[in-house]
Amino acid sequence: MRPEDADTPVTEAELHAWLDGQLPAARQREIEAYLASRPEEAARLADYRGQKAALRALFDPVLDEAAPARLLRAAAPRQPWYAQRWVAGLALLLLGTGAGWGMRSALPAGGDATALALAAARSPEGFARRAAVAHAVFSPDQRRAVELDAAHEEQLSTWLSRRMGAAMRPPHLQAQGYALEGGRLLPGGQGPVAQFMYRDSEGRKLTVYVSNELGPAGAASAPAHAGVPASAMPTTAFRFAREGRVNVFYWVDGAYGYAITADAGRQVLADVSNEVYRQLVSE
Amino acid sequence: MQHDDPQQLLTWLPRLRRYARALAGNRDDADDLVQDTLERAWAKAGLWRGVADMRAWLFSLMHHLHVDGHRRGRLNIVALAEGEALPEQAEPARQTEGLALRDLASALAQLPAEQREVLLLVALEDMAYADVAQALGLPMGTVMSRLSRGRERLRQLMNEPVLSAAAVAGRPTLKVVK
Repeated sequence: MRPEDADTPVTEAELHAWLDGQLPAARQREIEAYLASRPEEAARLADYRGQKAALRALFDPVLDEAAPARLLRAAAPRQPWYAQRWVAGLALLLLGTGAGWGMRSALPAGGDATALALAAARSPEGFARRAAVAHAVFSPDQRRAVELDAAHEEQLSTWLSRRMGAAMRPPHLQAQGYALEGGRLLPGGQGPVAQFMYRDSEGRKLTVYVSNELGPAGAASAPAHAGVPASAMPTTAFRFAREGRVNVFYWVDGAYGYAITADAGRQVLADVSNEVYRQLVSE
Repeated sequence: MQHDDPQQLLTWLPRLRRYARALAGNRDDADDLVQDTLERAWAKAGLWRGVADMRAWLFSLMHHLHVDGHRRGRLNIVALAEGEALPEQAEPARQTEGLALRDLASALAQLPAEQREVLLLVALEDMAYADVAQALGLPMGTVMSRLSRGRERLRQLMNEPVLSAAAVAGRPTLKVVK
C-alpha cells in the first residue's frame, strides 16, 4: 500500500466501483481494509452484491430463450437498402395488382398463379399489401392525392357510403396530429374500397384504407372493446406489417378490414390505429 | 469482433433481449424494443465501421428508443407477427427460486427508469462505468449517483415487509390502457 493512498477518503462511488471490480488492484485492497472495520457498510455492500447476483439469476435465462422469428429476421444480415426497397416494392405491386405475367415469374414453376392471386385478394395479408400499394401510389401526389377533398367531407362520406353499401365516415385524427385531406374510391380485391388520406404538419401522409369485402376467413363475430386485453379478442388483434419504408397496421372485424399506412414509426401507427378503432367501436 | 460484420446483430441479440426484458418488465414490450433497436441499427449500418464500442452503441440506440416510448406512454396494442402465438402476459416465476425473484422483479419495476437503466447495464452487462456513461449519454458523476440511488432504493424495496399476494399480482404485467 502506498502511504499517500492510505488516507485518501473513500467515496460512495468508489464503494460501488469496488463492488463491481472497477478499481485498480491496489485501491481494491484499500477498500477491503476500509470495510473490514465498518460492518454496517460492509453489510450494505453485501446486499448490493446480492442484488447483482439475483438480477443475473432472474434475467440470464433470457439468454437461452429461443428468439422469436421476427427478431431473428430483424437481426439477420440484409440486402443493401436500395435493393431491399426495390424488391419489396416489386413484390407489393405484383401481389397488389395480381398482374398475371408478374405472378408467374415470381412463383415457383407450376404454381397456380390465379388461385394464389385470388387467395391473396381475400386474405388479410393481401388486403394489407393492397393498402400499402394504394398508399405508395397516391400519397406522393401533391395535386391529386384525393378525389374529394376535406372541404367536401359530407359529400365524400355520402358518396363512399353509397358505393360501398355501408356507412363510411373518415375517422378524425387531429389529436394524433393528422388532418384529413380527403378520400377516394379504389378497386379492391373484388369490389370497391375506400381510402382516406391525412397529412401531418410536415406534410407526411397517412392513409386509412377500409374494405368490407373480406370473407369469413379471419373474420370476427363480436365487436371487441378497446379496453379488453388483445388476447381476449384474437380475431381483431392489430397486426403490423412493414413494406420497405412503409408501415401498415391492420385488423379485420367481420367482413371489414382496416389498414393504417404511413411512412411513420410503429408507435405512431399504433396510436392512430387505437384511435380509429376507438371511433369505430363508439359509433 | 469485426465492427462491420453483418452477422453481429445476431450475436448481440440474446444480450439485447436480456437487458430489454429487465428494462421493460414483460416479453412483448421488451421484444418490441429489441426489434426497433435492430431496425434502427440496420438503418445506421453505414456507421458501424466508425463505432468504437458496438455494445455501447447498440445499448445507446435502445436507450433512446426506450426513452421515446416512455414519453409517448404505453398502448394497448399487441402486434402479432405472422405465425406467432399470442404472447404470454406474465413472466413465469422460476419454480425453484420462487417468490424472492418475483419480488425483485416487482421492486425493479418500481425504480425510476433512469436508475433502472444504469443498474441493469452494470449488473447484467458488467459494463464499465465509462461505457455506461457513453451508452446513456450521461456524465460519469450522474452514472455513479444513479447507480448509488438505484441500488439503495432497490435494497429498501426488497427489505420492506412482504407485499400481499394481491398487491404482487396487481403489478401491471398487463399493458395499461391510458
